[in-house]
Amino acid sequence: MSQAQLKPSSISAEWRKDFPILSQSVNGHPLVYLDSAASGQQPAAVIDAVAHYHREDHANVHRGVHTLSQRATDAFEGARDKIRDFINAASRTEVVMTSGTTESINLVAQSFCRPRIGPGDKVLITHLEHHANIVPWQLVCEQTGAELVVAPMDDQGQLELEKLWALLTDDVFILAIGHVSNALGTVNPIKGIIAEARERDIPVLVDGAQGVPHMAIDVQDLDCDFYAFSGHKMFGPTGTGVLYAREAHLESMPPYQGGGDMILEVSFESTVYNELPYKFEAGTPNIGGVIGLGAAVDYLQSIGMQRIADYERDLHDYMVAALESVDGIRLIGTAASKASVQSFLLDDIHSHDLGTILDHQGVAIRTGHHCAMPVMSRFGISGTARASIAFYNNSDDVDRLIAALLKARQLFT
Amino acid sequence: MTKQAANNAELYDLYRELILDHARNPRHFGRLDNATHKAEGINPLCGDKLKMYFNIDNHGRIEGTSFEGSGCAISMASASLLTDAVLGMSVDDADALFDTVSARLTQSGIDEGSAVDIDVDVPLAKLKALDGVREFPSRVKCATLAWHALHSALSHQPTPATTE
Repeated sequence: MSQAQLKPSSISAEWRKDFPILSQSVNGHPLVYLDSAASGQQPAAVIDAVAHYHREDHANVHRGVHTLSQRATDAFEGARDKIRDFINAASRTEVVMTSGTTESINLVAQSFCRPRIGPGDKVLITHLEHHANIVPWQLVCEQTGAELVVAPMDDQGQLELEKLWALLTDDVFILAIGHVSNALGTVNPIKGIIAEARERDIPVLVDGAQGVPHMAIDVQDLDCDFYAFSGHKMFGPTGTGVLYAREAHLESMPPYQGGGDMILEVSFESTVYNELPYKFEAGTPNIGGVIGLGAAVDYLQSIGMQRIADYERDLHDYMVAALESVDGIRLIGTAASKASVQSFLLDDIHSHDLGTILDHQGVAIRTGHHCAMPVMSRFGISGTARASIAFYNNSDDVDRLIAALLKARQLFT
Repeated sequence: MTKQAANNAELYDLYRELILDHARNPRHFGRLDNATHKAEGINPLCGDKLKMYFNIDNHGRIEGTSFEGSGCAISMASASLLTDAVLGMSVDDADALFDTVSARLTQSGIDEGSAVDIDVDVPLAKLKALDGVREFPSRVKCATLAWHALHSALSHQPTPATTE
């Protein structure tokens, strides 16, 4: 906080120029994009990699002997290797390409949990989760008779750890927990939580959709069983995602979907499934998207995730201090450890009205329940305005946000 | 007019004084205990919910109106204006007004002359205050939510109305 106050307008980085979309005007004002928690923008390197693939190398992967198919396969599998390195998975067999975090979590719910759980078993989640880390578990509980249990959070939006420990009982089959809350920005002490769960032999799935874009992730250091994330939140294309899973789990799980590419041999009597990770990648994948995701990894690594995290911490602190200075503001989500996101309310102005007024000043924020309705209920509200930053934002963006909020106040009073 | 000034004008057109007044001080707000017709309106985009209540007498005339719920200024003002507008109307006229208002609010980029006209009887003329949403496609559903609930209530549809 002190640094932000000492240098009120000096937090900026040169990375912004790598993002062509940011140099435009919206509604007559230079765009201020503060909605990266919904979807990150893509650097030119990603856009160019995808375009290059479609212009020069497109063919189906893992099939043809012809040159284009080989190029496409090399680029696609090369992206998998980059992602393995990025999250430090032990093996490329543990990196399953999916359509996004949502599919990654559904895959685990249906292939890892559904065949093995029943009445008397529990699936443990937390009150901070995004709908994508709630509904797949509700479905599998309905299908099997298992019980969904929710660990509580406090008024700052932090998990109540003592209560979480107490809920980690023998009958819990899996703990599914977000790394960073999309609605509140809370960073959960995930490593310690995983350690507690592992002591009780409870597998842990981490919803890392909001973690991967903002900090270095090492799945071996975290020691988690599953880590799910999306490409488009880490500045890659939409429709791409990853499920990291321990190889032993993937070996033991039945396929999630059947189709081409996931088989070795098919007859009408039986099918021999393909080796890992292809057993879980039925059908033609999003080849161009995954290649773009590989380019996003290259780009992020060229900067360094620690640098990104350090820069964003300063900018986040600056944003929080600036928001606090606005009369009538109420911050939602004030955890001690936060990343990227600040939710807030301004007077009694509905978040949708705020969103419209800000958009008309070129400032893009998210409004509403952020696909986390239980989080909103916990605070007794229907929604919030949410500003979320990435490393391409700077303190000028925050200043524009504040000016736009002051204008909204003026309009409504 | 510069683009910024035009945008400013649009914004003030959307949040007219009448809209802000109805949003802050909604008319007929609360439950209607003797309601004969009611419906819930849900905007799936934001999760906002409105409940509309109507008391319709034996001659098909709307004798009482009210609504409850929470929402943005546009949806609250639209619901409030609705409860004023249809009070005393026949069911047929109210349903016709639903068609008129829906058509009017979803016609973007048209001039006043060609817009579906609203009968200028007070308080119906006030409904023109909602016209500002035409320039805000993402907010049209906020304005039409209460009207969809009206339509649903009058036709006794059991499931909540949505703007989809």
